[in-house]
Amino acid sequence: MSAVDKALDKAQDNAQDTKAAVASAVPEGRRRRRPMPGSLLVGGLIVSLVFGMALLSFVWTPHDPTLVDASVRLQKPSPEYWFGTDKFGRDVFSQILMGSRTTLFVGFVAVGVAALIGVPLGIVAGMAPHWFGELLMRGNDLVLAFPALLLTIMFSAVYGAGTLVAMIAIGIASIPHFARLIRGGTLQVMKTEYVLAARAAGRGPFSIALRHVLPNVSSLVIVQASVGFAIAVLAEAALSFLGFGTPPPTPSWGRMLQESQEMLSIAPRLAVFPGVAIAVVVLGFNLLGDGLRDRFDPKLEDRR
Amino acid sequence: MIVRLVQRIAILLASLVVSSVLVFAFMAVLPGDPARVVLGTSASDAAVAQLRGEFGLDRPLVTQYLSWVHGLVTFDPGNSYISHTPIGPQIADRLQVTLWLVGTGMVVACILAIPLGIVMAVRHRRPSGLVLSALSQVGVAVPAFLAGILMITVFAVEFGWLPANGWTPPIEDPVLFLKQLALPALSLGLVQGAVLTRYVRSAVLDVLREDYLRTARAKGLRPTQALLRHGLRNAAVPVVTVLALQLATLLVGSVVIERVFVIPGLGSLLLDSVSNRDLVVVQDVVMLIAMAVLLVNFLVDIVYLLIDPRLRVGAS
Repeated sequence: MSAVDKALDKAQDNAQDTKAAVASAVPEGRRRRRPMPGSLLVGGLIVSLVFGMALLSFVWTPHDPTLVDASVRLQKPSPEYWFGTDKFGRDVFSQILMGSRTTLFVGFVAVGVAALIGVPLGIVAGMAPHWFGELLMRGNDLVLAFPALLLTIMFSAVYGAGTLVAMIAIGIASIPHFARLIRGGTLQVMKTEYVLAARAAGRGPFSIALRHVLPNVSSLVIVQASVGFAIAVLAEAALSFLGFGTPPPTPSWGRMLQESQEMLSIAPRLAVFPGVAIAVVVLGFNLLGDGLRDRFDPKLEDRR
Repeated sequence: MIVRLVQRIAILLASLVVSSVLVFAFMAVLPGDPARVVLGTSASDAAVAQLRGEFGLDRPLVTQYLSWVHGLVTFDPGNSYISHTPIGPQIADRLQVTLWLVGTGMVVACILAIPLGIVMAVRHRRPSGLVLSALSQVGVAVPAFLAGILMITVFAVEFGWLPANGWTPPIEDPVLFLKQLALPALSLGLVQGAVLTRYVRSAVLDVLREDYLRTARAKGLRPTQALLRHGLRNAAVPVVTVLALQLATLLVGSVVIERVFVIPGLGSLLLDSVSNRDLVVVQDVVMLIAMAVLLVNFLVDIVYLLIDPRLRVGAS
């Protein structure tokens, strides 16, 4: 492990004391139930609210979010248009509702891609001979040199901009975070006696990975998924803002912000609604991640 | 020590080579014929062939790759496929602008994060610490471009104190330069500062638990004295690392911020080149940013080797 890795692991507020997390994931039999951390509660509430919004948008929105109607341009918030209307006369509240779908969809696919590749990669890097694990981690560092936004812009230059390209690029850029974390967890699990016992009993590496490593690092995966979701939401917003994300007419919070920019002097509220929506969702997933980490890892409780 | 140094240099070189091959392969092999892309699908085969000759696209890929790398190393990456003007000076111009943004953003982040993070750590059980901690969570959740838009609304549109956008080189008009720099630098710095605050907090919290701090207290130092004299220096090590590694985030953040404030930096160049399908420029700018990130990682490693005696002796 390079010095950067070490320092990063230590300093990262998100970074976990993997040893403790793995230890707590190991059944102890008589673990005392602790009160639920506040961040878990608030984060969980926010995330459920957003899921609720996305589900609701499938059955109901107050207006058609894509309906252009010049006669009701730039309306102020009213009982008819809760958040007002934009420069095309589209209902902002309906767009926010529909936009939550885009946000969650992108988050899911991006985190899914990252976890599906990153978790096996991390386990392999943790179980393989040391030199091979190090080699994989250097490759990991290499991908880190291409942040999500840069990678998406590069992909878009070649394949054209679109939601799919953005989701996959964000996912690829998030692989190293998963791989690094899971490798740390795997290394800890591999030192345990039950793995030794399993090896003595003649279990192959594949079986050990599935039966012992994966279940024991799953709490790390869940925490990282939550934090990764927040990162994906931020990236999608930035990309849509730049015009590399979700193409019109599908509502997207990032693009709503971009469209609001020329209206700032007339209707600053058009920036406020999608802006608050993005910030609240990211806050929710970050809090959820923090809360889950506290839950899984009693030793860190004091810190936050 | 020497072995470690050589090892790090080897890793850096290998990373640079691999990433350049990846970028080159991605941009050159996948999209089909760049000359066709430039001229459009309706162009005649002869015109395409001529353009291919002009840019050396008819050479074998290995030759093309080597001449690209040669161009990068000698700071002369050749001409743009679209505007036919040299890319090097253009990138240098734009880079200056972006470095101003990134630099001032980082300064703002430090001024904000270091004192706040320390306060949050020292008071982490008291209400004031908790409130600050909650605020920093909110700050982390706000994307820089949103902060930018909101600040334009307040400081430019509402109060009219600062210009909403634009860029003037410092030599031309220093006052206007500072005025135009203020909002973009603040939006980058505030958000980055919120992230950094949390690292500072956790680094100081770690230090507060250390035995040597307890010893210092036992010697009769007051908590603040003990922290200032023995704690902060130790807490600084991980924070400096994070600061260096945040360069990548800042560089990427400035891409978006440049779009918000209409600033002609590296990010705008990248975005314009993508929309013009000027693939060579995209390739060069992407590689430049990746190189910067890899170089900073390398430098952090080297600095660690120099300041941390444990790393010099102990092999992993």
